[in-house]
Amino acid sequence: MAARFLWASRVASHLKISIAQRGFASVVLKDLKYAESHEWVKIDGNKATFGITDHAQDHLGDVVYVELPDLGRSVSQGESFGAVESVKATSDINSPVSGKVVEVNEVLTESPGLVNTSPYEDGWIIKVELSDAEEAKKLMDSDKYSKFCEEEDAKH
Amino acid sequence: MRGGSLWQLGQSITRRLAQSDKKSVSRRYLASGSDLKKTALYDFHVAHGGKMVPFAGWSMPIQYKDSIIDSTVNCRVNGSLFDVAHMCGLSLKGKDCVPFLETLVVADVAGLAPGTGSLTVFTNEKGGAIDDSVITKVTDEHIYLVVNAGCRDKDLAHIEEHMKAFKSKGGDVNWHIHDERSLLALQGPLAAPVLQHLTKEDLSKLYFGQFQILDINGSTCFLTRTGYTGEDGFEISVPSEHAVDLAKAILEKSEGKVRLTGLGARDSLRLEAGLCLYGNDMEQHITPVEAGLTWAIGKRRRAEGGFLGADVILKQLQDGPTIRRVGFFSSGPPARSHSEVHDENGNKIGEITSGGFSPNLKKNIAMGYVKSGQHKTGTKVKILVRGKPYEGNITKMPFVATKYYKPS
Repeated sequence: MAARFLWASRVASHLKISIAQRGFASVVLKDLKYAESHEWVKIDGNKATFGITDHAQDHLGDVVYVELPDLGRSVSQGESFGAVESVKATSDINSPVSGKVVEVNEVLTESPGLVNTSPYEDGWIIKVELSDAEEAKKLMDSDKYSKFCEEEDAKH
Repeated sequence: MRGGSLWQLGQSITRRLAQSDKKSVSRRYLASGSDLKKTALYDFHVAHGGKMVPFAGWSMPIQYKDSIIDSTVNCRVNGSLFDVAHMCGLSLKGKDCVPFLETLVVADVAGLAPGTGSLTVFTNEKGGAIDDSVITKVTDEHIYLVVNAGCRDKDLAHIEEHMKAFKSKGGDVNWHIHDERSLLALQGPLAAPVLQHLTKEDLSKLYFGQFQILDINGSTCFLTRTGYTGEDGFEISVPSEHAVDLAKAILEKSEGKVRLTGLGARDSLRLEAGLCLYGNDMEQHITPVEAGLTWAIGKRRRAEGGFLGADVILKQLQDGPTIRRVGFFSSGPPARSHSEVHDENGNKIGEITSGGFSPNLKKNIAMGYVKSGQHKTGTKVKILVRGKPYEGNITKMPFVATKYYKPS
């Protein structure tokens, strides 16, 4: 737990954001937005970067393959644009916002494990140009997302 | 992430790993956690960080604190201890237990030396597989066998029905189901050295496929030098009240190098070893010949038959089967069960029955069935994963060389 907190602090200071320390194991970063389907979004003007959360990678297990979309493809909020495969299962990745894919993290083709070791930094999946800045308001902030994860885990 | 609920991941895991009994899959969706059976090691697993999931009606650890990949690699470097107490061990006894069992399996049971065993297949009237099983002739009047957890009800009903008919004709056979015992599997290079610390018997004289009843860690155990990983190792049937102590002793003697290992890694290991998973690679409609298990059909049995479905199987031995189980390497995402296999021109030639990422080889591996004639090693194929074709080729199995302990 201590090691993960140190890691989280490093990430947070690198991204220049603060972290929310929670009782349960996964890390949730403040200043990012979250979708119920466990993707995080970092919005920078009209560009957004996203990936899957620490909670998601922890449940998935070792990621062995990431299916990336083509550049220029449009994505819609809530719709699947790719997949993350672990040893155990394949899971769709849903886009937390709508827009056009302008960059994909090619490094993941060689090193899919980055999604596990660095879900918020090196494990970013795609960058899009936002088509509707208002949409981000529908996403959860870090407090709401942390609670959402706690409730989900408690149900099972 | 699909559906917003990661719990569904757990369900898809169990769907993937436990297709052995389709009935129990639907039961699992309806059953609450409390309906699941627990092995003697349940609390031990939880205390060691086991992530418990439903499997064939039992609550079993899919992994512990280490990842499935690390766990799989550790088995081949050091060793793994698996709780397989969900599997069903039984003894057939009586003067005629050998001829009785021969009516149900393809093995040359009569030809087995006492204290030796083999993998075999229980067949149905069409020659298809009801289950695969490791059987051991303890003596001429005692056979010990282990069947899959997901097939327990089906197998026991099948054996009981035939036993009744056999006895009604004057045959002397009876059975005992070993629910008072728990099965543990200890696999890997450290399996023998660690287990040797716990018994006075000289394990260097117990070779692959051999069986002994002996004292291990103070209790009378059934020990078979066999496993489901391709590594040297043992399956240990211990009285359930001593199961936790034995597990603790094994882990302690290995100084932490042998790790508790769950079903996730177990599936990766058996796939690397090219071993069938009943429910995926072997099913009611697949014969042992098609599955590449002709070697398990005793030579005498190939001439005489005398087991259910012998006419179908003997014909396949003569004419060759129309489909064959083969191994695949592929690029892109790992091929999974039910992925279609096409030839280079896009014609469907077969289907994947098991697949995944090999932690030891660091590439995708899979097994499946293709039309005979298209099954040669090196054949280039295209495998459809989520609608897109990816390059692959047919290869021999096992993917990782086996290390069975055999006399030199």
